[in-house]
Amino acid sequence: MWLSQLTGALLLGMFTSAALAGEGRLLATGGASSLEGAAGGGITPWAVLSGYGEKGEWGADVFATRVETADYRLDVAGVAAAYDNRIELSYARQRLDLGNLARDLSLPENSLSQDIFAIKVRLFGDLIYDQLPQVSLGIQHKRQKDFLIPSLVGAQRDEDTEGYLTASRLILGGAFGYNLLLNGGVRYSRANELGLLGFGGDRRDRRSVLKEGSVAVLLNRQWAVGVEYREKPDNLNFAGESDWADLFVGYFPNKHLAIVLAYARLGEIATLDDQNGAYLSVQGSF
Amino acid sequence: MLRSLCVALLALVLIGCAQQPAKDDSLYRDLGEKPGITRIVEGMLINVAGDPRIVQFFARVDIAGLRDKLVDKFCVIAGGPCVYTGDSLEESHKGQNLSPSHFNALVENLQASMDSQGVPTPVQNRLLARLAPLRGQVIGK
Repeated sequence: MWLSQLTGALLLGMFTSAALAGEGRLLATGGASSLEGAAGGGITPWAVLSGYGEKGEWGADVFATRVETADYRLDVAGVAAAYDNRIELSYARQRLDLGNLARDLSLPENSLSQDIFAIKVRLFGDLIYDQLPQVSLGIQHKRQKDFLIPSLVGAQRDEDTEGYLTASRLILGGAFGYNLLLNGGVRYSRANELGLLGFGGDRRDRRSVLKEGSVAVLLNRQWAVGVEYREKPDNLNFAGESDWADLFVGYFPNKHLAIVLAYARLGEIATLDDQNGAYLSVQGSF
Repeated sequence: MLRSLCVALLALVLIGCAQQPAKDDSLYRDLGEKPGITRIVEGMLINVAGDPRIVQFFARVDIAGLRDKLVDKFCVIAGGPCVYTGDSLEESHKGQNLSPSHFNALVENLQASMDSQGVPTPVQNRLLARLAPLRGQVIGK
């Protein structure tokens, strides 16, 4: 029930944003779109809200992301809308193409998909101006859609809800005169490979407290370079799950476009090691 | 013993007062001193004149007077040898009820002006870092 309400609110937000979209925030402060749909970096969310809406204004974005590793391909697409620089609703669909693994093991399915419905609320602070950094609380509800393979490898459930608390601060001139963006947060989750392999497992079925964060330097108003890191749980016996990291370059030519190119180190995914590769994300903001 | 210690302490305090560290005016110099700051402020005001988001707040303002006051304000903020004689920021923005978006619009006009003056990014950031804490004296008044 609340899902359809969320979707309805999202669509309404997208629709009205065309009329009321604000661009009151400074360039790049809407971030890019993270893999789970929330405004942020690539593999981690930031405390900022999608789009460029300030107080009393709407902001929204749509995005598409592809991650290509040695044996897998992850495609993500989604939308997000935010109001009043206070609350953000987002939806993302992820599809992991199993490629070599499906072929080598003659798996019954060759891809795993999930939907992510999420909300993020700015609790207090400001990215740039207030004494306190911007701190936001997020809730993500995930629904795995191809549960056969996850159930065979020990995953306990095909949907789950997780939360994260994250802080972001832009320090003007903080990196040898260049602006420095710091993000850090904790997540409380039992999602296996973001949830693409279900939630909880035969090794561990409780949620874990997972740290994530990123550091970026803004070379000017359009270009940012940085690193991200995200801890991941290790709930399944059949394979290890690695923490994720990436090195990225972000390009924000204007308040309507953001492009992120990254080198992602995703480690071991479902028994296949060294899943490192390219990450490309394109976001349009309104 | 105690007495000579007091005298020594007093002497130290007096020397300390006499030898105040020189004011850091490096940002003022990096911005091109008074002529550079004047060009930056004039460029910002020209950008504001074409910005429908905030131009209305400047409609009944003596622009030449505003420019001189802003140049003095920026000069002081940058550590330059100027004296700001205008009203406090709270006073001069009273009744305008400026929003965070209005403030950011002015920041963008300032950034665009500094870009066109060729002010390097780190120098721009140093000025912005000194202006950012003043936002609370400007918005919502």
